[in-house]
Amino acid sequence: MEIYLPIAEVSLDVLVLLALGGVVGFLSGVFGVGGGFLLTPFLIFIGVPPTVAVASSANQLVGASVSGVLAHWRRGNVDFKMGGVLLAGGFVGSLLGVWLFSLLRRVGQIELVINLSYILLLGTLGGLMLIEGTRAFLRGRKPGAGRRKLHQHNWVHGLPLKMRFRRSKLYISALLPLGLGFFIGILSAIMGVGGGFVMVPAMIYTLGMPTAVVPGTSLFQIIFVAATVTILQAINNRTVDLVLALLLLVGGVIGAQIGSRMGSRLRGEQLRIMLALLVLAVAIKLTFDMTATPAHLYSTAFVQ
Amino acid sequence: MRRAAARALSALALLAGLAAAPAAAEPLVADLTSHLIGITGSFTGDSVVLFGATDGPGDVVVVVRGPERDIVVRRKRQVAGIWVNAKEETFAAVPSFYRIASSRPLDAITTPAVRAFHQLGVDDLRLVPTRGPLRPEDQPFRAALIEEQQRDNLFGKTVGKVDFLGDRLFRTTIRFPSNVPTGAYLVQVFLIRDKSVVAGQTTPLAVSKIGLDAEVYDFADRRSAAYGVIAVLTAMVAGWLASLPFRHA
Repeated sequence: MEIYLPIAEVSLDVLVLLALGGVVGFLSGVFGVGGGFLLTPFLIFIGVPPTVAVASSANQLVGASVSGVLAHWRRGNVDFKMGGVLLAGGFVGSLLGVWLFSLLRRVGQIELVINLSYILLLGTLGGLMLIEGTRAFLRGRKPGAGRRKLHQHNWVHGLPLKMRFRRSKLYISALLPLGLGFFIGILSAIMGVGGGFVMVPAMIYTLGMPTAVVPGTSLFQIIFVAATVTILQAINNRTVDLVLALLLLVGGVIGAQIGSRMGSRLRGEQLRIMLALLVLAVAIKLTFDMTATPAHLYSTAFVQ
Repeated sequence: MRRAAARALSALALLAGLAAAPAAAEPLVADLTSHLIGITGSFTGDSVVLFGATDGPGDVVVVVRGPERDIVVRRKRQVAGIWVNAKEETFAAVPSFYRIASSRPLDAITTPAVRAFHQLGVDDLRLVPTRGPLRPEDQPFRAALIEEQQRDNLFGKTVGKVDFLGDRLFRTTIRFPSNVPTGAYLVQVFLIRDKSVVAGQTTPLAVSKIGLDAEVYDFADRRSAAYGVIAVLTAMVAGWLASLPFRHA
């Protein structure tokens, strides 16, 4: 059953869009990542123009994240205070990111910068998470393993402006989540994603948050990042396709509910290993696409 | 299906009328069954029948051109193992849609000069770079542009068929894919005798969004900030609604 998308200006199969939304929503529920890094490439693959794919994914992430946050919130797994501090940093970061984006576009090769930053980030994060997760998994299976500390103490705990985050069982400097949010804000503007796949591991490893509260808190801040991106895209590029976003959303919210229930049943290190493998797979795919001889040497685009 | 049948019937009725009319007045008369392709939510492509009559034997060529746009063609090059966009060329006023149909093979009824002058066939389209005349090194870019448009089904890969019913009545079906660009189209009809164009007629055709889709598109275009806010709020409400059935689970 085909439907014509008014902004994308193409007809696509409704069932394909529902299924795609469902898969991405499931991942977002399990891991707390928005799934934009999977959704956008797949939309482009099935024929949606890249600019519309980026903007409409952001729109659907708003809804999927709301649904996900509600599910995590009912289990008490959202640290709103932490989310708020992350957001404050994220807002400033996305302003700088939008400025950087237009600068890079003027210089040319924005696509190259986007792809390279994806590969670098996903490769590093995926590799680190896989090593750490596997270690924790093996340690956890040993009989008689002692009770571990909540997190390691190091130089970051010496920073000023300390704040208490009760849900996350942390007493750390507010500069840390502010800086992380700022960094994510820049990435979101340049790479066109909510940034959950960077946020989740950073919350676990840099901030030392307990794995259980990470997905809910990450989704909470993704709502606002994705909403900002959607409105900016609608104003600047007129590329938000609400019909496309709603179709993805219908599949997505159902997937997210199933996913978040599944996620709360899995152990932390299992979650991390699975997410690591997923992130690495995307990094490998991107590397392959950039280095393999392209099927078509030439590409065309309308001049605006 | 029923719509197509109705169109064919009305086309036949009009053809009968044309045949009965005195033939001396115009060497070439042609019209479309519809001058509007309306794009709605269930749009998966559409077709229009062009029909007409000539004042005697001859060949007919039909060209459909979509609104013109500037298109940039980029060539990739491998730098340190990575494929990057290296060289680019912008072509001015490229038709966003191009189809051609003919009653007989083009090279049997026209000369290269006639094809070039009237731009008959994708090989004879005047595609000129914005910075000046076409140089030999621009040829691969021009070829790539045509190939890319053909892959997107925006340029025809082959020459379509114009069917004659007897000596004077002709018809052809013009098909538009689901990704047809919106805007003002021109349908050109050429009457050819002794390898030269003896008469021509141009008929307009509009491709535009109608109904709810048109309203969504217009709103997104004119009130873009409001559209963005509505898109965000709609997504939020949808997300909240969807989580309700799972509340007590």
